[in-house]
Amino acid sequence: MTPEERFEAIIAAEEKIEPPDWMPDAYRNTLIRQIAQHAHSEIIGMQPEGNWISRAPTLHRKAILMAKVQDEAGHGLYLYSAAETLGVKRDELQTLLHQGKHKYSSIFNYPTLSWADIGTIGWLVDGAAITNQVMLTRCSYGPYARAMVRICKEESFHQRQGYESLIALCSGSPQQKAMAQDALDRWWWPSLMMFGPHDTDSTHTEQSMEWKIKRVSNDDLRQQFVDMTVPQADYLGLTIPDPELRWNEERGHYDFGEIDWDEFWAVVKGNGPMNRDRVDHKVAAWDEGSWVREAALAHAAKRAESAA
Amino acid sequence: MSAHPLVGHHLSEAEHLLAHADDNLVLAQRLGEWISRAPELEEDIAIGNIALDHLGVARALYTRAGELEGLGRGEDDFAMSRPEREYRNLLLVEQPNGDFAQTMVRGLFFDAYQVGLWDGMAGVDDTELTGIAGRALKEARYHLLHSSTWVVRLGDGTDESHRRAQEAVDRLWRYTDEMLEELIPIRRHAWGRVVSAVLAEATLQVPEDPYQRGGGRRGLHSEHLGPLLAEMQWMQRSYAGLRW
Repeated sequence: MTPEERFEAIIAAEEKIEPPDWMPDAYRNTLIRQIAQHAHSEIIGMQPEGNWISRAPTLHRKAILMAKVQDEAGHGLYLYSAAETLGVKRDELQTLLHQGKHKYSSIFNYPTLSWADIGTIGWLVDGAAITNQVMLTRCSYGPYARAMVRICKEESFHQRQGYESLIALCSGSPQQKAMAQDALDRWWWPSLMMFGPHDTDSTHTEQSMEWKIKRVSNDDLRQQFVDMTVPQADYLGLTIPDPELRWNEERGHYDFGEIDWDEFWAVVKGNGPMNRDRVDHKVAAWDEGSWVREAALAHAAKRAESAA
Repeated sequence: MSAHPLVGHHLSEAEHLLAHADDNLVLAQRLGEWISRAPELEEDIAIGNIALDHLGVARALYTRAGELEGLGRGEDDFAMSRPEREYRNLLLVEQPNGDFAQTMVRGLFFDAYQVGLWDGMAGVDDTELTGIAGRALKEARYHLLHSSTWVVRLGDGTDESHRRAQEAVDRLWRYTDEMLEELIPIRRHAWGRVVSAVLAEATLQVPEDPYQRGGGRRGLHSEHLGPLLAEMQWMQRSYAGLRW
């Protein structure tokens, strides 16, 4: 059996490709791009939520939020490690992020403007992320699939926490409920955009599905998310900002309006409300930390020298 | 209930616990500022973890102080409703993060103190408190390992990191007496031994200037605490009396 045949056989048998296995360059590169983008999203995603750590309304909420943002740093770390099994270094990937050559999820280019945004991100953004990621636990690349098992567990905990904090707002004062509605109005469409372009416009979907990296199409995932989320909004007593949203008995799904694709592409191309700020923040933290990293290396070298 | 192990018996036990809760909350708030800004991803995680530990200790102590006080006040009443004059934290913990060296040196001084503090509470006649102190002691030992490892790396790293670490020691040393006054002499000496050993390994000097600042325990703070509290208490002060 040639390496190519063996690779195809593993994929066909629903088994896992592991780091030492032969794999086509395009498969490797697709995974590096996707896992790195996922890792960058976790890291950049720390910023919009981190914006509210200092102002969380209670110590209980502060602890939950701090733990959540810390989990995201942890997810970034696992994912960079999963990418490293494909032969790249974390520093190289971070450099590509800093140079604007690698993308991260566009959702994090929107600002968090009220406390309700924190609950809404947990509910919608983590909800959409889980919808996307559950299929990745069955992805053909072993290290990525295994990392996703743990990440999905934590994400689903985050989602419950977010929803639970919105229940508190929606059963609170009219002012709190208005805060929650305003957050839903701003985050609904960007959350639907998280599933990417329509299947007909998605450049990576077909090949990724053949390789069993991706297992469900963008539009199918988006539909799953809408079907799951509408009853949750009803329970909160909030209105989803889409006049075309209605149950379609025949399809057994909700119909919903068209995403503003001009906005989608504008944000993807770097012109969202916070794109520049997010990357600048990351680059500034990295640059300001350079003397610390240099010190750690210098000290380790001295230690190694005196031990030798 | 036996006397509290700390000096200053004019304060009630609840007031003592509040002061320690304030130390932990203010430091948690400060460390939280680092999240997403650390020099590397591992430090984002480590500092976040340490901040969460301090926040957990603060919450437990506020709750216990509220029970002892018996006026029905809970953790958020203490944290979110008191102005800076009623906060009793040490001046050390309210100092700005500064650079990474300043944060690690502040950590070293405070972590070594907390190891002594919690260890000293192991024998008090309050099982709630010994439970809190027991958990906090384990955490403080990890915090001390983290901060002392970094102080050594920075002091004995590059010229720049050495300079920054020495500046941090020089800047923060003046806030150590206020903290150490609370420890019995044997624990104060233990603090001195631990900190001197770390500084020696880090090739750093204890400042010769004996100048010291105090007042935090009497609510006489620096100007740094007010803005920290203003930010932390903003939601509760803007939307009074709501549940979140």
